[in-house]
Amino acid sequence: MGQGSASAPIAADFTGTGGPAQTPGRAAELVQLITPSGERISHPEFDPLLQDITDEQLCSLFEDMTVIRRIDVEATALQRQGELALWPPLLGQEAAQIGSGRALRADDFVFSSYRENGVAYCRGVDLTDIVRVWRGNSSSGWDPYSINMATPQIIIGAQTLHATGYAMGIQNDGADSVAVTYFGDGATSEGDVNEAMVFAASFQVPVVFFCTNNQWAISEPVRLQSHIQLADRAAGFGIPSLRVDGNDVLAVMAATRVALDRARHGGGPTFIEAVSYRMGPHTTADDPTRYRDANELEDWAAKDPISRVEALLDRKGLLTPELQQQVRDKADAVAREMRAGCTTMPDPQPLDIFKHVYSTPNSWLDRQQDHYTRYLASFGDPAEAVSEEGAR
Amino acid sequence: MTQMTFARAINAGLRKSLENDPKVVLLGEDIGALGGVFRVTDGLQKDFGKHRVVDTPLAESAIVGTAVGLAYRGYRPVVEIQFDGFIYPAFDQIVSQVAKLHYRTRGAVKMPITIRVPFGGGIGSPEHHSESPEAYFTHTSGLRVVTVSNPQDAHTVIQQAISCDDPVLYFEPKRRYHDKGEVDESVDPRTAVPMDQARVVTEGADVTLVAYGPLVKTARDAALAAADEGISLEVIDLRSLAPVDYDTVVASVRKTGRLVVTHEAGQSGGLGAEVAASITERCFYHLEAAPVRVTGFDIPYPYSKLEMHHLPGLDRILDGVDRALGRPNSLSGLEG
Repeated sequence: MGQGSASAPIAADFTGTGGPAQTPGRAAELVQLITPSGERISHPEFDPLLQDITDEQLCSLFEDMTVIRRIDVEATALQRQGELALWPPLLGQEAAQIGSGRALRADDFVFSSYRENGVAYCRGVDLTDIVRVWRGNSSSGWDPYSINMATPQIIIGAQTLHATGYAMGIQNDGADSVAVTYFGDGATSEGDVNEAMVFAASFQVPVVFFCTNNQWAISEPVRLQSHIQLADRAAGFGIPSLRVDGNDVLAVMAATRVALDRARHGGGPTFIEAVSYRMGPHTTADDPTRYRDANELEDWAAKDPISRVEALLDRKGLLTPELQQQVRDKADAVAREMRAGCTTMPDPQPLDIFKHVYSTPNSWLDRQQDHYTRYLASFGDPAEAVSEEGAR
Repeated sequence: MTQMTFARAINAGLRKSLENDPKVVLLGEDIGALGGVFRVTDGLQKDFGKHRVVDTPLAESAIVGTAVGLAYRGYRPVVEIQFDGFIYPAFDQIVSQVAKLHYRTRGAVKMPITIRVPFGGGIGSPEHHSESPEAYFTHTSGLRVVTVSNPQDAHTVIQQAISCDDPVLYFEPKRRYHDKGEVDESVDPRTAVPMDQARVVTEGADVTLVAYGPLVKTARDAALAAADEGISLEVIDLRSLAPVDYDTVVASVRKTGRLVVTHEAGQSGGLGAEVAASITERCFYHLEAAPVRVTGFDIPYPYSKLEMHHLPGLDRILDGVDRALGRPNSLSGLEG
């Protein structure tokens, strides 16, 4: 399961404007459906949205979360081994990414940050494409239209505007798909994110603002970004919001379904705050021991998103050795495939740097390319042309 | 042929683009019921509806950023930035997104966005309403930057910009909005002179005078005045600032041996520097004198009572021509 299973049907029929979203002005309560010890808490408003989550589906969510953690571990290893230049780990955010990613329809369109590789997995991304950018072979991993997911955005928060504009297009087209944008707690301070919420509210377009509050923007804690809960900010824009336990895959899925359903039915934007924790560094170049307390990490480790699903499966008698083996095998296979794709990826060619700057010929660039082509030709091997010691 | 103002000519071009392509949408502040602060979009919302001519909230980054999203969805957005000095909040979206997405996605995502910017001074406005920010954008790869100097070009080039699959910044010389000229609306933008070609607007033999946008008129006037003194100026309207059509400029300088470039923007790092350097590289042995720049000063745009001291006028251009010709001029006797 996992790839290709992204468009599970919505169980309950929501009118869009109703639903268990927070009304503007009311402090958001944290929605949790699975406790850290694996207890399933019933919830009268959210449970009807999860009727299709059978035991089999629960096992499949467990598998997807385990697989993307394995992808993350493998990519981190590839970076340490010199195969990747950099990697932004998603460790600890598996429930936020799988719970929301699995709620989307294939014709929805995702505008994410660079950390949502688990969402890309839900969209059916080619595994090699996940690491293409981080190996330095390209500025994008995949063709956005092949999986309806934009090239992940590095400029913090810029993609929220793209999602809002895309949603304006959906609205013009009279379609019922949804633009979903992912960003972090740090991004909520950016002007673009605030402007996106103004536009989304004004035009009532079908967009979901999915904020993964992982508590840290590199070294800056969320309390530096906001004096109130992030979900409560949405009220100021006239946007309904939900605050969910981001380490609870079912709560995240239910909240995402509420938001998607509202958007599909003309109810406009929703803001979701998924409260989670960045268990790893910001990127492989970061050192979190310089700025955060080890106890904090321990506290959050006890709320691990995968352990609690595992515990829930165990309580239900579903955590069989066969399932565990099957999930491990799948994760290993995915990791193997990604590693092979990474290490055998052909290097880009020097003149590739000139490709696609424009979609039509450009006299300035054509001349520069021509001159550089001649320059390269003056060396036996193009690699000599960029040797630091010089080769002439 | 119809007599129309510059602003009306753009309006008519926008109307044609809206008629010809249902994916064309206009976004901007006050462009709906008001028709824009310069009335360039007058009547378009009434005729094409609020979903195609969209009055947006006041946030330039969002206007451009949502245009990016619309382009992702297959639309062809035309954005109006109300005044040149208001474009900076959108700078990141223009430079980091609009300009780079085609490259970033290896050609998968096209950004056929046109960003219309009324630019330049001479209208007696307070700060931020008279700037010439074109060089910020000509320095950014991935963008095409064009200017127009007459109603016919305004009408044709806006349609070419909109149908171009690359992002285009379209700079409109606001002090010429009310100038009238003949416009042939039947000109087919697909077969007209491409927007990235310069045009020789006055043929001449002694000095090549390169201008664009609002100063093309000034340059033509200077050519008439110079002719009275027996000097023959060849005036080139660059039209495209990125890329510059150097073939046209090179051909002219090879003939005249002398180059004067003029623009309202400040001198350092401006188009004049780029043209002077490129022409020196390509035509060094044809040059009889160093290229001359006649430009705005490297100052914040000044208060309006003194703006005409900042803007190159006819006499400052002729003084530059004298310098290029080695005739007595205001800097005679100064070294370097």
